[in-house]
Amino acid sequence: MHTKTITQLVKGLRAGDYSSQELTQSYLARIKQHQALNSFITVTDEQAMAAAKQADARLASGNAPLLTGIPIAHKDIFCTQGVRTSCGSKMLDNFIAPYNATVVDKFNAAGTVTLGKLNMDEFAMGSSNETSFYGAVHNPWANNTVPGGSSGGSAAAVAARLIPAATGTDTGGSIRQPAALCGITGLKPTYGRVSRYGMIAYASSLDQGGPMTQTAEDAALMLQVMAGFDTKDSTSVEREVPDYSAGLNNSLKGLKIGLPKEFFDEGLNSDMAAAIETAVNEYKKLGAEVVEVSMPNLKLAIPAYYVIAPAECSANLSRMDGVRFGHRCTEPADLNDLYIRSRGEGFGTEVKRRILVGTYALSEGYYDAYYIKAQKIRRLISDDFNKALEQVDVIMGPVSPTPAFGLGEKTSDPIEMYLADIYTIAINLAGLPAMSIPAGFINEKPVGLQIIGNYFAEAKLLNVAHQYQQVTDWHQQTPQGFE
Amino acid sequence: MQWETVIGLEIHAQLATKTKIFSAASTAYGAEPNTQACAVDLGLPGVLPVLNQEAVRMAVKFGMAIEAEVADYSVFARKNYFYPDLPKGYQISQMDHPIVGIGHMDIEVDDQTKRVGVTRAHLEEDAGKSLHEDFHGLTGVDLNRAGTPLLEIVSEPDMRSAKEAVAYMRKIHELVQYLDICDGNMQEGSFRCDANVSIRPVGQEEYGTRTELKNINSFKFVEKAINIEVERQIEIIEAGGRITQETRLYDADKNETRSMRSKEEANDYRYFPDPDLLPVYISDELRAQVKADLPELPHLKRQRFIEQYKLDSETATQLSSSRQLADYFEALIKESGCGAKICSNWITVELSGALNKQNLDISQSPVSHDRLAGLLKRISDNTISGKIAKQVFELMWNSEDSADAIIDAQGLKQITDSGAIEAIIDKIIADNPGQVEQYLSGKDKVFGFFVGQTMKASQGKANPGEVNKILKEKLKR
Amino acid sequence: MSLTADDVNKIAYLARLGIDAEDTESYAKDLSGMLDLVAQMSTVNTDNVAPMAHPLDQVQRLRIDQVNEENQRKTFQAIAPQVEAGLYLVPKVIE
Repeated sequence: MHTKTITQLVKGLRAGDYSSQELTQSYLARIKQHQALNSFITVTDEQAMAAAKQADARLASGNAPLLTGIPIAHKDIFCTQGVRTSCGSKMLDNFIAPYNATVVDKFNAAGTVTLGKLNMDEFAMGSSNETSFYGAVHNPWANNTVPGGSSGGSAAAVAARLIPAATGTDTGGSIRQPAALCGITGLKPTYGRVSRYGMIAYASSLDQGGPMTQTAEDAALMLQVMAGFDTKDSTSVEREVPDYSAGLNNSLKGLKIGLPKEFFDEGLNSDMAAAIETAVNEYKKLGAEVVEVSMPNLKLAIPAYYVIAPAECSANLSRMDGVRFGHRCTEPADLNDLYIRSRGEGFGTEVKRRILVGTYALSEGYYDAYYIKAQKIRRLISDDFNKALEQVDVIMGPVSPTPAFGLGEKTSDPIEMYLADIYTIAINLAGLPAMSIPAGFINEKPVGLQIIGNYFAEAKLLNVAHQYQQVTDWHQQTPQGFE
Repeated sequence: MQWETVIGLEIHAQLATKTKIFSAASTAYGAEPNTQACAVDLGLPGVLPVLNQEAVRMAVKFGMAIEAEVADYSVFARKNYFYPDLPKGYQISQMDHPIVGIGHMDIEVDDQTKRVGVTRAHLEEDAGKSLHEDFHGLTGVDLNRAGTPLLEIVSEPDMRSAKEAVAYMRKIHELVQYLDICDGNMQEGSFRCDANVSIRPVGQEEYGTRTELKNINSFKFVEKAINIEVERQIEIIEAGGRITQETRLYDADKNETRSMRSKEEANDYRYFPDPDLLPVYISDELRAQVKADLPELPHLKRQRFIEQYKLDSETATQLSSSRQLADYFEALIKESGCGAKICSNWITVELSGALNKQNLDISQSPVSHDRLAGLLKRISDNTISGKIAKQVFELMWNSEDSADAIIDAQGLKQITDSGAIEAIIDKIIADNPGQVEQYLSGKDKVFGFFVGQTMKASQGKANPGEVNKILKEKLKR
Repeated sequence: MSLTADDVNKIAYLARLGIDAEDTESYAKDLSGMLDLVAQMSTVNTDNVAPMAHPLDQVQRLRIDQVNEENQRKTFQAIAPQVEAGLYLVPKVIE
């Protein structure tokens, strides 16, 4: 039953084919069996079984919300009360969150059963899951390759069918890129659609939580739970949440797809270009029209991102100071020693790099040249997207220039790693919603198709993705050894 | 060389909101350590700030009161530095777009009115407190205060003496209390001040190098700290030295300022807009609301008191110095039906005297304005004399009884019955033939003796006017 | 843009970030690389462009001034490295 989607499990639970406790036990067993993937940081067996028992009681009462009894797991960036919330860092290895993230509360209220906390790049900084204090996650499709990052644990666990669905977060591609590399469906909602409360901040103006699932249909169910205004997050948007499942079966006849010419320039590997073209052709068969659009400032997305995100993170991570929670060095000589050593020991290399760059970019004399300049470029990029989205319904392109790369292949050159986020980062700068859906394989490694929509057009994206998944079966493929 | 002092003040007024500026934790003073510090105040991972509307309203109110530009849109920024009382490693403050822009405050020094410019006023969060009692050589940190809303009011370097600085600080202190936006309690740190001080030769255009005197918590200390710092600067310059731009701490015990080494390290605060908060727009609706709520300001009230009640300038200043006092005064006039003169006298002399003796505020007065009005009514209708009234007032101070009840109980009603007074006077004249002789021989002063004796015999209850009249008649014969 | 090991040390101090002495050079190299990447921003003119701090043109929502938090000191201090008498302890602060 582990290959089933949420949609199927919901039916099975209600039909009495299995109980939530059976389901939970079975997934926990798989998690244990495939520990070597290293997709989980913490498995909460006991709490999960207790929650499943409650879920079964609720189901029996006939008065249970739709997702009652469905096992899921959270990226370890979401605070979970009474459970370690490490954010993939030594700094928070001992941090037992005293509260739940709003997203976690919402899932609990929806009756889902949390099996544990998923591995991730340290503080969500990375594109390969190799910066985690808890070690790299393996891609279930090819054990010696990366699952992508930063939501690498989420993607690998869903791909390996260790859980039917997971939460992730996306600051520069951290849901979409691992979804692509692991052959699953990932959705980054519009900035402000999902509350950031209790989601440990990397770059506050870019971070957004979203679902990682097998199918678009499941993503709709997950997003239905996650989305909504939260009084505790000033940047969350007070706007009605539509029924994301309602329009999944709408026809795509006349759908206008924009292909940015900048996505398909010499930087894109030819196999990848061919794979995307094949996927787009499938859409043409479904009645879509394709037009070329242009986003001249796209090439500046990575430079702007590597000012804005580090600047924000340099301040966001200042609270990790060894005073009120988290790692504290032993026997500090004085106050500065406490700060310097606690932070020096608690943070890994990539986190340090970004804190340093951010600190530098904000420092006296450089602020205008870096930070203000980056914010201006952010506006130009956002304008490019807005213009394009006036002409088309959705924009399509690759998620990542290549399929999964080898473990350790890019760790020596951080810049090369950054450049791999070229197709995803601009979307965060603009704050738009985007998805990655499985669209084939290159050398037996999954390829993701990216679908970008207008602000709050998540329902549209899900419809577009779902229709593709009705005529293709890439999303149903399971990696060898995990069938 | 003649030196001119240049002073600018940064005043921090804690806003009198119920909750913190970015969290729903209480701001009440004096709680057990860290019992009013919620996850947001502690800067725990993942939590987010949400702005308190009352803090915004109060800042707007202040802006309007100093006739400043209240910004259409204002932005919160992060000021980054590490300190144990600053849990997030940054303070949420405002930099480029403060909520209140340029305004002014008029001060009176030596009968001269002077206008002091206010550069800006911005909202920010207060820090916690480091407690320096020894915990095995460690410092304890209490974060209850962290997140309390502050309005930082920055003046232009317009003041030229410690006296002017104090006058300005008092005016701001009076205003924030008038506006009900700050309790003004300096002992508890609700109202604090940093002073930027420099000197320059008289006539010189450009400013000298300034030092910043931190956290001065009384009017007296502001004056002393500035004076001692000015002396220090003059000494250095006259000895051929140079002033270092630095932060200095005033030590009241030693009456000296000293360099704060911990704050001296290169401060690069790396301000940038806080991405967790969105721009604040001040709507026309809010402006209109605040404007309608704006009380009569102290200087306008003072002017009105002079015109409407014909008060002298000193009394008008005194009675308008706090809103409660002014309200008490006007309520007293209304309720007693007595003239402004008698009401102001009673407040500035008897009531203020009694309050001062016990170190009480007008709001804590045991004698409310309606009780005092009851007393004044009995003076004006001649039930008691002014002198007896003072006696009644004392009894009222120590009880909850009305003036009437006390007058009745103590039998203090004035004797206005001329027959009764005549009888007393007849007896006194009969008992003191010598004094009668003297008076009749032209010693007018002795008349006072007879008044005194009559009042004494009547236990002060005889109507003094009546006594005078009858005595004059009787002694003529 | 090229940063020296000395620059790295200064920035690291500002961020109160301990860095092993033997790693300083490699940070200097990586940071210089990042700044080179970032320098591409200067290829486009942004003179009349308004900086964009948030993706959506939203306005700050205001919270009603009502106490809604209770004392959770025990819970919060259970995860603290060093506390005594309800206070967080740190090495001596000198003013």
